[in-house]
Amino acid sequence: MSLPTTPSQTVGPFFHLGLDPLNQGNLAGLRGTGDVMTIQGRILDGDGEGVSDGLIEIWLADSQGHYSHPEDRGGTTGGEVFRGFGRISTGSSGFFRVAVPKPGPVAGSEGALQAPHVVVTVFARGLLKQLITRIYFPDEAANATDAILSRVPAERRSTLIARRVAGAENLLEWNIILQGDGETVFFDF
Amino acid sequence: MKLTSNVSGYSHPAPGTQPDYLYPAYAATRKRAPRHPLTLVPQTLSEIAGPVFGHSDIGENDNDLTCQHECEPLGQRIIVTGQVLDENARPVPNALVEIWQANAAGRYRHNMDDHPAPLDPNFTGCGRLLTSAEGRYRLITVKPGAYPWKNHHNAWRPAHIHFSIFGAGLLTRLVTQMYFPGDPLLTFDPIFNSVPDASARLRLVSSLDWDAAVPGEALGYRFDIVLRGRESTPWRNE
Repeated sequence: MSLPTTPSQTVGPFFHLGLDPLNQGNLAGLRGTGDVMTIQGRILDGDGEGVSDGLIEIWLADSQGHYSHPEDRGGTTGGEVFRGFGRISTGSSGFFRVAVPKPGPVAGSEGALQAPHVVVTVFARGLLKQLITRIYFPDEAANATDAILSRVPAERRSTLIARRVAGAENLLEWNIILQGDGETVFFDF
Repeated sequence: MKLTSNVSGYSHPAPGTQPDYLYPAYAATRKRAPRHPLTLVPQTLSEIAGPVFGHSDIGENDNDLTCQHECEPLGQRIIVTGQVLDENARPVPNALVEIWQANAAGRYRHNMDDHPAPLDPNFTGCGRLLTSAEGRYRLITVKPGAYPWKNHHNAWRPAHIHFSIFGAGLLTRLVTQMYFPGDPLLTFDPIFNSVPDASARLRLVSSLDWDAAVPGEALGYRFDIVLRGRESTPWRNE
């Protein structure tokens, strides 16, 4: 038996009413922490204007590279575990900031590991369905062999890799460009 | 030693059942829809897994929007029930469902809503629940009003309730809107009509459900939700 999926519809401009209660932008200090990285940036539209009514959800493994989910055979669930979920609504100018313990390398295909990354889901008024992308970390040797990054045309790969902010330790910058020059790579799985 | 993932993937929605990003009649898509096609990549553990929620995320009465204040809200009390299923018709238990809506006058309790309809001091318009072991849910609320918006001349959104659902994995995540049967505004709504397939579109419209109604108190509406399901042939990535 096969049922057709329910169509997606936009979150609209008033999602804060229903979704803000579970907002969580600071995942540091929770169990499973390693180095804490702060990632900040803006969501920009096709005119380069900030998207001030956007919502991002992040999903990441713990510092050992395990997800708090029953299908991660090395992971654990229940009790005091690192949930790995964050949700942030953008402020004026489309700005967002999250603090996360840096995830470890995650199981990939054929015994290979994936480079450390954060999965990002983007919602906004004007997005009829969510966009999914990833944040990779700079100066990470494993990026060169990551199976997902290597599927991305070389000239667009940099849209997925956060940049260090000069003079600030453990502060990274990463923008989400919805449309136009430097458009972020979004995935279909 | 690291464990490798060896998991069956999620199937792709049938063509026409989901909107495209660009739908010019919905003006806000014009500057926000990506121009590049999405980059198709294999599913990994990162997308097969997803956040897990529990009862600690839900408060008492979070599924009853009519008893979150001192008095009852104005408007027609309704009960919305349904089942969250996957494409293989399997119930999705413990799915986190978050909802938000306008009040009976068509006004959101939100500082960006400037529609000059009255706020209701007894209505917030926010709810949250986990589905049962059989994937079922039940909400008590008031029927939201239609409201004008600035998409085009004389534009009005049909009455709707926003739904956000987390299923078993990241790829089952769904945000959608539930509409009401027989609403004449549906014909003119670009958000509703952004779904290409007409029968898929109708799955966004709830149905009057006498079994869910409480005689003398509330009408019932049924709204079932289908999330992406696992492919029947196991998909292996090792």
